[in-house]
Amino acid sequence: MTTETETAPRTTNGSGQPLLSVEDLRVAFHTDDGVVHAVDGISYSLEAGKTLGIVGESGSGKTVSSLTMLGLTRSKRSKIQGRIMFQGEDMVALEDNRLRRVRGNDVSMIFQDPLSALHPFYKVGTQLIEAMQAHRSISKSAARNRAAELLELVGIPDPKRRVDQYPHEFSGGMRQRAMIAMALANEPKLLIADEPTTALDVTVQAQILSLLQDLQQRLGTAIIIITHDLGVVAEIADDICVMYAGRIVERGSAEEIFHSPQHPYTWGLLSSIPRLDNPRDEELVPISGRPPSLINRPSGCHFHPRCPYVRDAHKRVDPQLSPVDGSTEHVVACLLESSVRSRIWDGIQSGRDAESLQRMAAASAEPDYSNVAIPVDQESEGSALSPGEEGVVESEAPGERHGAAPPQTLDEVNRRFQEERNPPSGGDGPGPGGG
Amino acid sequence: MTNIIEVRDLVKYFPIKRGVIFQRQVGAVKAVDGVSFDVKQGETLGIVGETGCGKSTTARLLCRLMDPTSGSIMFDGREVGAQKGDALKALHRDMQMVFQDPYSSLNPRKSVGSIISDPFVIHGLYTGQGERKRRVQDLMDRVGLNPEHYNRYPHEFSGGQRQRIGIARALALQPKVLVLDEPVSALDVSIQAGVINLLEDLKNDFGLSYLFIAHDLSVVRHISDRIAVMYLGRIIEIADRDELFDRPAHPYTQALLSAIPLPDPRRERARQRIIISGDVPSPANPPSGCRFRTRCQKFANVLTDSERELCLTVDPALEDRGAGHLNACHYAEATSVL
Repeated sequence: MTTETETAPRTTNGSGQPLLSVEDLRVAFHTDDGVVHAVDGISYSLEAGKTLGIVGESGSGKTVSSLTMLGLTRSKRSKIQGRIMFQGEDMVALEDNRLRRVRGNDVSMIFQDPLSALHPFYKVGTQLIEAMQAHRSISKSAARNRAAELLELVGIPDPKRRVDQYPHEFSGGMRQRAMIAMALANEPKLLIADEPTTALDVTVQAQILSLLQDLQQRLGTAIIIITHDLGVVAEIADDICVMYAGRIVERGSAEEIFHSPQHPYTWGLLSSIPRLDNPRDEELVPISGRPPSLINRPSGCHFHPRCPYVRDAHKRVDPQLSPVDGSTEHVVACLLESSVRSRIWDGIQSGRDAESLQRMAAASAEPDYSNVAIPVDQESEGSALSPGEEGVVESEAPGERHGAAPPQTLDEVNRRFQEERNPPSGGDGPGPGGG
Repeated sequence: MTNIIEVRDLVKYFPIKRGVIFQRQVGAVKAVDGVSFDVKQGETLGIVGETGCGKSTTARLLCRLMDPTSGSIMFDGREVGAQKGDALKALHRDMQMVFQDPYSSLNPRKSVGSIISDPFVIHGLYTGQGERKRRVQDLMDRVGLNPEHYNRYPHEFSGGQRQRIGIARALALQPKVLVLDEPVSALDVSIQAGVINLLEDLKNDFGLSYLFIAHDLSVVRHISDRIAVMYLGRIIEIADRDELFDRPAHPYTQALLSAIPLPDPRRERARQRIIISGDVPSPANPPSGCRFRTRCQKFANVLTDSERELCLTVDPALEDRGAGHLNACHYAEATSVL
């Protein structure tokens, strides 16, 4: 549905199918306030033994996208579209009982808060044994031994005694280790770690991250790590997806995301954190505003209300992920011209002030939209336009709407455009709907 | 510069009791166990350390939200522990606290205007109704909130905005010192920066002194002038921030600094990290001699048995051991780890 040519997940280099490929995944929840578009068309893929980092603010859809992978967002009020191909099976379409066999066995998850994810009434060992017995026929005593082995594997001292303890007898770091042990109980091929270290101290965080890396090397597990800590992804992720308002706005290798980031949101994230490796009196630049409501999303580029480099046309044009110059794997959804983007990023790095950066964006020629379709938002048309830009839009837009753009782009854009114009009424597109 | 706060040998033990009716004390959690430091007029002192090291207890003792077991806290020439009644109220006026969780530290049933004007009510200031509202709206404006939101309730604000409400409330009485207990840890990264910048501006504008508690060392480094590192109820190293980050001398400080992941894949992956194993020992029963020895890399890998003897038996005092700043390690050695 999305522009397959542009956003198709990268395939493996030679070794055939990737372990996981998410294709145009959409998750919407019907609530009393309207339809929440929590995940809005994301695509990525992951190979065995690799680590993918997903970063973004609260409410950007990071967690929902991974819960969906385990079928944990299925409900009467939710609508899931797209495909999640895992080992040749579509996890979105999989029946509940089949899915239950995959969940916790081939794919498992580490949750953010180990205290609330572990059951307080059951011993840690019992919970580990349950995880094993749910998926394989194994005697209780064998499972118990394995539980102790697993606790030892994740570095819990005195595992034989710990097996019989309750979660409250464990420290925060040990609980998180117990969660990891539980997730690894059935040697999953894919491990999803949702903010695995957010609740922990840095020293324990370092232990947990090195444990994950170590286990990955030994067992060849693929890991998806969801976090808002850029330091953590810099340390362990091979590839990174930056999410904003339910979409991936930039995707690339860790190297690319940190050393030549392309999206203004990624710049914002990178310049809003105090860094130990930068001069210390450098001023922090917060991203202005707040994350958008996922019920009434902003028109055009969803980031435009918070973007310092916004042009009028960005309020109407919805950018698609497209490859960055000189790279096949690095994609970004931004309407600024790539030369302008690289100039601004250089400016940010050399410490130029915000105003001169904005002038840089404003002084550039009106961006070239040859690779994106321009829907015209009729409600806002004319109101927010300056005379000069009006011409540009009018000359381009009608042509685009009648098929000048690549068809898959146009369909997609039109569909989304329709959605955006009457969002809360639900019932868009085919599918079982929310009832 | 004069010291606005002088803390000497501060101790706080929480008793552990057994028995249902006849409770007897069987031990004590030594949350703060002999802490001394000064905060100078107009400076920001950062306190860092892991969960359970006594950071927050120190903050609470300082504001006299609880009474110390022993030790003295001098605030602006007054002994905090000796204040009672009106004098204590006056003391609280000069020393305010901002709490970690902006969700639970604001009363959900009160409007923002009434939350921020509560300090005025308690201290009987600005008694004219219009005057109070004007003051509150000034404060809201100052911390970057829209003054028109005077009548809104906390749930209508985002996390960052709520933290700004907490800051406005703390500033209402024009205090001399703000004690900030993890003020940004609960916020999203993009929001954090705004609150940190606000705190820095306010400090410059009002000539405040901060005691800034956090576990995030990069935030502490950004905002602090001096930094104290705590471990199991003690300060184990205290230095100017540049000194501490460039030449940390205590193995714990070194491990702490080395544990922070740098947001730069090239440097991060090239870096040699010191990973300390295990968890913090129980503060009810701290190890003999040096408290850090059970997790110390140096103790485990570098020292000889005869050298270890000292760590096992003698509790190292916080003193200058040739590194140019105070630390509490028998074998302190300034090394750069970043």
